[in-house]
Amino acid sequence: MAIKVVERKPLSFAEKTYLPQIVGGLKITMKNLFKPTVTLEYPDERPEIPDGYRGVPTLVKDPNGREKCVSCQLCEFVCPPKAIRILPGSIDETSDRAHIEKAPQEFEINMLRCIYCGFCEEVCPEEAIFLKDMFSLSGMSREEMIHKKAKLYELGGTLPDAHYKWDKKKEAELSGGGHH
Amino acid sequence: MIWQEILLGLVKAIALIAVVMTMAGYTVLVERKVAAWIQGRPGPNRTRIPLLGNIPILGNFLTRLGIFQPAADGLKFLFKEEPLPGHVKKFYYVLAPLIAFIPAMTTMTVVPFGQWIHADTGEVVPLVLANIDIGILFLLAVSSLGVYGIILAGWSSNSKYPFMGGIRASAQMISYELAMGVSLLPVFMWYGGSLNLAEIAQAQAGTLSEVIPGIGVLFPKWTIVFQPLSALIFLVALFAETNRLPFDMPESETDLVAGFNTEYGAFKFGLFFVGEYTHIIIGSAVFTLLFLGGFNPPWVLLPAGWLGAVLSVLVFLVKTFSIVFFFVWIRWTLPRFRYDQVMNLGWKMLLPLSVLNLFIYAIAIAIYDTI
Repeated sequence: MAIKVVERKPLSFAEKTYLPQIVGGLKITMKNLFKPTVTLEYPDERPEIPDGYRGVPTLVKDPNGREKCVSCQLCEFVCPPKAIRILPGSIDETSDRAHIEKAPQEFEINMLRCIYCGFCEEVCPEEAIFLKDMFSLSGMSREEMIHKKAKLYELGGTLPDAHYKWDKKKEAELSGGGHH
Repeated sequence: MIWQEILLGLVKAIALIAVVMTMAGYTVLVERKVAAWIQGRPGPNRTRIPLLGNIPILGNFLTRLGIFQPAADGLKFLFKEEPLPGHVKKFYYVLAPLIAFIPAMTTMTVVPFGQWIHADTGEVVPLVLANIDIGILFLLAVSSLGVYGIILAGWSSNSKYPFMGGIRASAQMISYELAMGVSLLPVFMWYGGSLNLAEIAQAQAGTLSEVIPGIGVLFPKWTIVFQPLSALIFLVALFAETNRLPFDMPESETDLVAGFNTEYGAFKFGLFFVGEYTHIIIGSAVFTLLFLGGFNPPWVLLPAGWLGAVLSVLVFLVKTFSIVFFFVWIRWTLPRFRYDQVMNLGWKMLLPLSVLNLFIYAIAIAIYDTI
């Protein structure tokens, strides 16, 4: 590669005094002085969280109030830091889904271990686990930082459902179609 | 009668101390606010005191402006734990902040901040604690004592960064004090050898019409108009003397952690801090007095009586705070010079320039006086 020597112009007298540059700098800072602030006053104002943000993992229910998690334990299996613990259990006998689906008896996410990778959300076949937009999780004790099932549902709430899997299944069964 | 005079003097002195201390506190606020605005932040805007902060719109406005912040800062310094590191030379360590603080507060005694013209007799009384004839000499002498506080702090802290800060402070003081003094000589020559700050300020009232007939009316008779180079050299030296960026060698947070005050905390640090800002205020006041016409409004003359007195103080405060603002503005514009650049600028540029300036003006003033 050829070396190109760039000719450097000698500084003019004004440039040597350094003063025009100072005046230029002062102009810039003065302009900045009157610009609106670019910061967010954090606890009062919250940043807008984009879609697909990986915040605190939560469990969600479908709009009919059905627990979506069927305790397949895929998330537990895929979780890189092993933050998820699931104890599978059966659904209450009175429910119409008894003996057909399972539901977690215990579902724990240890937030001290969680690395917010989002693998659990990705792997979940039932779309039951979601990483929400919460990003400032804190607690006073280690126990508090282990999210139990109730807490996970409380944080997750209900999300709109595209499939209504169980309703479709019931409908198919009633119209004599067997498995969907 | 002598008791009355002493009492009156005491009251005046305490009032002035209160005013200057408050101004120093609010200069810190100005610094923080201007810094924030230049950097696109809102700056301190949370501190609120009961009553005054609860007034519907005004309270919120003042809180957003951070008006109550200096009080919070000051109280924080007072109530913090006062640590005394084990490795310091204790006596000098405690003495240093006082030495930095006291000269800064002492210099304000000779700074005239206004004038009162007697309505009937036309007698002119400058508003100043001590109207002494060697005003500026006293001021330069005492204010440069402040650097001893820094040197002493650097040495007594018994720690490497403060020590380097102290050494830099002493070197810097020596190199810039000279240029500062020489740059002021043409000013004194022009005002007939007077060293009295009030007299110099009074001589700058009105316009230049009697010096330059015709277009002279357009210019206020301020020293900066006909001695801009002296003003520039003095201003640069002032930045160096007050340890402000771009010359804050003794402190330089980035390379010396915080320089001379690394080992200081709580109220001792507070004293350094207030001393530094008082220094800036006094420096701005002196620049105003010597070069910006002091308490005289531009072009027009001050009216006699109380109105004139109040006006003169206001004009003086506005000018002084403009210079304080300029100090802050420069701080957030220019990066810090390297140590050797500071020395080069001081010895190879400012000093020869100020001597040249002195010669040119000496000859010019001699010619002007003979014709």
